[in-house]
Amino acid sequence: MQASAYQFEALSESMLLIRVGSTIDAGCNARVHALTDRIDAAAVPGLIELVPSYASLGVRYDVLYWAGQGHTAFEAIVGVLQLLLQESRFQQDRVALASARQIEIPVCYGGAQGVDLDAVARACDMDAEAVIRCHSEARYSVAMLGFAPGFPYLIGLDPRLHLARRGEPRLQVPAGSVAIGGAQTGIYPRALPGGWHLIGTTPQRLFDPDASKPCLLAPGDQVRFQRISEAQFAAMTMPPR
Amino acid sequence: MTLQVLKPGLLTTLQDRGRHGLARFGIGASGAMDRPCFELANTLVGNACGMAALEITLLGPVVRFSEDALVALTGAAIAARVEHAAGSFDLPLWRPVFLRAGSVLRMAGMARGVRSYLAVAGGLRSAGWMESASVDLHAGIGRALVAGDELEYDSGHAPDGLRDESRPWASWSLNPAPWFALEPRPIRLVAGSHYQALDAGAQRALFESEFSVSAGCNRVGMRLSGPRLQLAGPLELISEPVTMGTVQLPPAGEPIILMCEHPSTGGYPRIARVAAVDLPLLAQQRPGAVLRFERIDGGTAEHLLIHQHQRLQELCAEIRRRLP
Repeated sequence: MQASAYQFEALSESMLLIRVGSTIDAGCNARVHALTDRIDAAAVPGLIELVPSYASLGVRYDVLYWAGQGHTAFEAIVGVLQLLLQESRFQQDRVALASARQIEIPVCYGGAQGVDLDAVARACDMDAEAVIRCHSEARYSVAMLGFAPGFPYLIGLDPRLHLARRGEPRLQVPAGSVAIGGAQTGIYPRALPGGWHLIGTTPQRLFDPDASKPCLLAPGDQVRFQRISEAQFAAMTMPPR
Repeated sequence: MTLQVLKPGLLTTLQDRGRHGLARFGIGASGAMDRPCFELANTLVGNACGMAALEITLLGPVVRFSEDALVALTGAAIAARVEHAAGSFDLPLWRPVFLRAGSVLRMAGMARGVRSYLAVAGGLRSAGWMESASVDLHAGIGRALVAGDELEYDSGHAPDGLRDESRPWASWSLNPAPWFALEPRPIRLVAGSHYQALDAGAQRALFESEFSVSAGCNRVGMRLSGPRLQLAGPLELISEPVTMGTVQLPPAGEPIILMCEHPSTGGYPRIARVAAVDLPLLAQQRPGAVLRFERIDGGTAEHLLIHQHQRLQELCAEIRRRLP
């Protein structure tokens, strides 16, 4: 693979983007994660963090470490990354896909826990039961986290459930809401504004700043939704902290 | 030894340099908005840089120190008075000040600017979250101080030079001008990934027009009102990493500058970025402030940032030499 396959964009004096593509696409996202693993493994000095997203990879670096005579820090780190990405025994697709973490997330669909389920069913010309099956039987991968701590953008949604966002976003979507929007599905870690359709709720906490591992999910994780009943949901719901 | 919060002020939070390395989980850095003023407050009380300090917004808190404390206030020009049975005095900014046990520090409004920093020798202790004391309100990490809160600190050893009861402060102080310059000057911007996607009028307007800071600006971001900026044509974008200083353009045409509690990703066009050297100046702008922008290139922005960092390091070294 040629390094010229990637474009480098400066986001700030200490952050750049490596562009892999420009669409929401599982193959493209897998390449982003492969790139992340590759750079992670190289333990590049003066590199602070990697931020994978759908189709690009954010690289935050120490500008003081990389700045030098006659070149900018941006030029220096781009040079190093280009060299790294040219050594191309690394495969484009994620080698470690088979070893990705598998996470099951319990979801109570419909009713008070999924207020938009019936409307989604009508819009998709399906019955509610079919929407639930469609959503809970698919395998998803965490393309990226963003928007709020622990908020996963999941790809793998059945095309039959691809719907435009709500005309009017809600000012507050309840914590734990499982929602769909466009080709994506996601889970609100806490009450946040949102324009996606709410089809269920998980009792699981996705973000807890006081926990030793604050986030349930990481980029690249494989996710399945496990349907639970209203009674199971009530039993699993922890009192709010 | 505790700092007791008697009145919390408008928005007072514990901040340090922020938490780094967690953006891949959607967790941003947060941290002090005006980084040089924060570092200088710490240095003035002999702290290692980056220890937790209070970030005070527009209207200051009233706090009581249970034991002796060495403190420093920097940043926005805040009115501050120390009350103690042995005598009260106006607390001078930009220098170390020795407070005796039982002192009440009454901070009020700011003549200019938005954010002041109060550092206490030994640092204010916090269990913190993910290796940082920084509160991130937008992310749901921690909260602003409320009346009744208590923060622990190490008792300030009483530096001999500051024991004079009538003038318990250092005989010297920092010149705030390089670090808190509010005389109008343009904020420097570097064209962003999608600058070229603006229509010709918007490309000119960004650097030739005045913009004012909208009400509701906060630690997440600052919305600017001025000429509506339009794209030359529709742009289909997906969510990507963003960072402090990113200037996004939502469809309404009012740019938003992301500040330190920004979400880790965003999907709006990135028309520009604020040169990091000017982020502290921006952090001190009030709603209604009129801003102009000057275009510089990325290399210049980097050079200016490194120069600012070196000046700050030199000043911190000079302060350490002078501390008793």
